[in-house]
Amino acid sequence: MRADRGGNVFLGVLLAVAILVPLLNVLVPESSPFHMSGYTVTLLGKYLTYAMLAIAVDLVWGYCGILSLGHAAFFALGGYAMGMYLMRQIGTRGVYGDPVLPDFMVFLNWKELPWFWHGFDHFGYAMLMVVLVPGLLALVFGWFAFRSRVTGVYLSIITQALTYALMLAFFRNDMGFGGNNGFTDFKELLGFNLQAPGTRAALFVCTAVALGASYLLCRYVVSSRAGRVVAAVRDAENRARFIGYKVESYKLWVFVFSAVLAGIAGALYVPQVGIINPSEFSPVNSIEVVIWVAIGGRGTLYGAVAGAVLVNYAKTYFTAALPSFWLYALGALFVLVTLFLPRGVVGALGRWRSTVRA
Amino acid sequence: MNMRSVMRKLSGRSRSVSGPRSGPLLATHAPDAGPDASRGVMLYLEDITVSFDGFRALNALTLYVETGELRCIIGPNGAGKTTMMDVITGKTRPDTGSAWFGQTIDLLSLHEPEIAQAGIGRKFQKPTVFEQHTVFENLELAMAGDKSVWKWLTAKLTPQQLERIDEVLTTIGLTEQRRARAGALSHGQKQWLEIGMLLMQNPQLLLVDEPVAGMTPQEVERTAALLTSLAGKHSVVVVEHDMAFVRTLAGSHGRVTVLHEGSVLAEGSIDEVQANPKVIEVYLGE
Repeated sequence: MRADRGGNVFLGVLLAVAILVPLLNVLVPESSPFHMSGYTVTLLGKYLTYAMLAIAVDLVWGYCGILSLGHAAFFALGGYAMGMYLMRQIGTRGVYGDPVLPDFMVFLNWKELPWFWHGFDHFGYAMLMVVLVPGLLALVFGWFAFRSRVTGVYLSIITQALTYALMLAFFRNDMGFGGNNGFTDFKELLGFNLQAPGTRAALFVCTAVALGASYLLCRYVVSSRAGRVVAAVRDAENRARFIGYKVESYKLWVFVFSAVLAGIAGALYVPQVGIINPSEFSPVNSIEVVIWVAIGGRGTLYGAVAGAVLVNYAKTYFTAALPSFWLYALGALFVLVTLFLPRGVVGALGRWRSTVRA
Repeated sequence: MNMRSVMRKLSGRSRSVSGPRSGPLLATHAPDAGPDASRGVMLYLEDITVSFDGFRALNALTLYVETGELRCIIGPNGAGKTTMMDVITGKTRPDTGSAWFGQTIDLLSLHEPEIAQAGIGRKFQKPTVFEQHTVFENLELAMAGDKSVWKWLTAKLTPQQLERIDEVLTTIGLTEQRRARAGALSHGQKQWLEIGMLLMQNPQLLLVDEPVAGMTPQEVERTAALLTSLAGKHSVVVVEHDMAFVRTLAGSHGRVTVLHEGSVLAEGSIDEVQANPKVIEVYLGE
């Protein structure tokens, strides 16, 4: 198994980070140079949710050959489901103090909660929706797309259309999702204050665990016999069909599974960054995810993680230092990686190591 | 009255072949059950017509393949050889006609994976193997059985299945390359691997499209031996351009069908066919 070494390194690093980051934040006093600020913890937590989204994209793109340019939509839907729970938790602490209606509904003069908001005051129900909503959308979308044998660039374009349509829909006030502003001003999650360092550290650990679990689950899937079929579908779809595989079922299964992972990542993202709005559906976001995966190295899973963390770290740095320069840098990075590192950063590292050893 | 209707009359079932297809017969026969070739005929193609934008790729084509037979089909470019394969394997739906696999399986009502599961294996003209997978994995992927996602997520190979893979590796002569990536094989080896993949499916009927295109003479010889050894256990249909190869395969007794403009021009032994003036005119004579 070629993938194991890189994957094990990744799991080791993740474990170390999951232990060290909360320790440095909570236990080390602020005066110490080793103290990690709450800002850094949430920033790293955000990177890890992006890494999870990148794994989801790598699974469909790297292993199944479906270039989805709409995965950020599933991420955002998971995020919105979590956001709805968090909005209901605000209760009377909102600006208008309405015990049931979130502030934006009071502002719009709504008298009662829309039907689709019911149940979101229960954490379990909200978590169910985090999984179900992206999963169902992927199921319906994938069922039509794969059954009609839409592939390649055409599929990529309709995934872009999907996320764009969702963005326009969520921008509308009468959709009941806070329109332009989305959801923010969250207070607590399961009774824990979201501003408290302990909650942030716990959320970080949860994200790290979710990322590790997603990685292991995906690794299990791709190394199973079903995973070999998925890769076979990517490489020679017709051959797979003519030896008796229902290619559409395999694609649909992978697509839905990946969308669910993306949704969970989105649900972990929202409480850490403290806001969700329709710009998360922006088509550019989905394209960025694909760039992370390409830069990290597609078809390895841990490469996607590396790409997500590296690119987002660079983004944080550039948008602070040279804000107008970021998009050019991202574009240049993508072009350079495609030209010189076709197997991404992890592919280049692997090759470098084998030449050093030889 | 065509052959199949006669057979149905004889067997007391008088369902018209050209009439509208009624479901019950199909519904009671799952494709997984395999074809019922009890009447000695494996494949029935009757009055098949396929048009693309007015061009008739197949024109009332009628063809029968017997159980265990090795049938060579020749014909100039555009004679409809590949379209015929597409119809049999479910890739193309004909405008009219009927296609049956054995007595009970209506091919025109099934999709590609179902047809493959029912026991028809197809080798493409261009060797098509899974290049990123090893030779062993290619054969594993092609193995007959329930191919659903849930099953495959946890499935492990049984000793019998491993044995079967080893057996096919020996048949196609790729035992030493079992761990090699399929993409690293030579052109000829890829062709054999693809034939091996068909064998893993345990098909009753093998459709082989131009198996020796681009092969060296030694490779051609081995391929001919391989295909000949398969006939008997399987029905094999070989579509081929190369007359010399057809002669090797069919021997002096094997039946050869000549297609021209979408229908059968002549059928018989290779000598009969080559002596046929119509064949000479359209195909052999320039």
